[in-house]
Amino acid sequence: MTVFAFYLFAALMIASAAFTIFARNPVHSVLWLILAFFNAAGLMVIVGAEFLAMLLVVVYVGAVAVLFLFVVMMLNIDYAEMRAGFMKNAPLGVAVAVILLAELVLGVGAYRAGALDLGTPDGSAAPLVGESNIESIGALLYGQYLFLFEVAGIILLVAMIGAIVLTHRGNTNPRGMQDIGKQNRRRPEEATRNVKPEIGQGVEL
Amino acid sequence: MIGIEHYVVVSSIIFVIGVLGIFLNRKNIIIILMAIELILLSVNLNLVAFSAYLGDLTGQIFAMFVLTVAAAEAAIGLAILVIYFRNRGTIAVDDVNRMKG
Repeated sequence: MTVFAFYLFAALMIASAAFTIFARNPVHSVLWLILAFFNAAGLMVIVGAEFLAMLLVVVYVGAVAVLFLFVVMMLNIDYAEMRAGFMKNAPLGVAVAVILLAELVLGVGAYRAGALDLGTPDGSAAPLVGESNIESIGALLYGQYLFLFEVAGIILLVAMIGAIVLTHRGNTNPRGMQDIGKQNRRRPEEATRNVKPEIGQGVEL
Repeated sequence: MIGIEHYVVVSSIIFVIGVLGIFLNRKNIIIILMAIELILLSVNLNLVAFSAYLGDLTGQIFAMFVLTVAAAEAAIGLAILVIYFRNRGTIAVDDVNRMKG
């Protein structure tokens, strides 16, 4: 059963990754990417990393993929023109891909032949006995890796501020924006007054 | 249990598909960003598989940090893409030569 699930998820993931880069419409690309993320989450569940799998679904499908979808649908782009160089770059791309894959599979073959040793962990980050995956990760993350965890939070903060600063347009309203300080600084002396002078007496300014 | 080689092969294939996507869609920066996400996903899958097989959770923690950086990168990349489109009216990355680099 596990074997069947593994091959199902793996085949679906590879297929949807291929469709992601070959799809003609970028909206379809994003949807295939979402399917690839879901299948990756399934593969992670099989191996026993439930927390990472759920994080993948929440972060990638819930945030990143929706962000992609927003941008793809917001920008009005002629996508047919975008694919002009598709076949021109294909030979080089396929050559690089085949060589890269051959090298990676060669590495796996070397491991199979016994030339590689995966090593043994020192046990400092071993899963807690009798606890779930998420509790073990939490103990590690809020203990040994606390500072790295906070640095990750700062990275996200900087990315958020950066994205806002980059895309913020400022005030484009032709009537201007309300300046509350300017309104509070106003005094009656500098304002216009409505007076009713007697006829022939003039006005005091 | 499934052998570690299976996971390594699957993530290698995803990695290579991501690299191929960068080569094939040279003009469309949105697809390039998605290909980068695929590459990072394959790295995450590799980290998680090794972490589970070696019984060491450091790999999963590291995968979480990779996830964080990937999300930040996607946000910044798409923001740059949006302002580039706003200024130039196109996202063809072939003729990005404003800075004469």
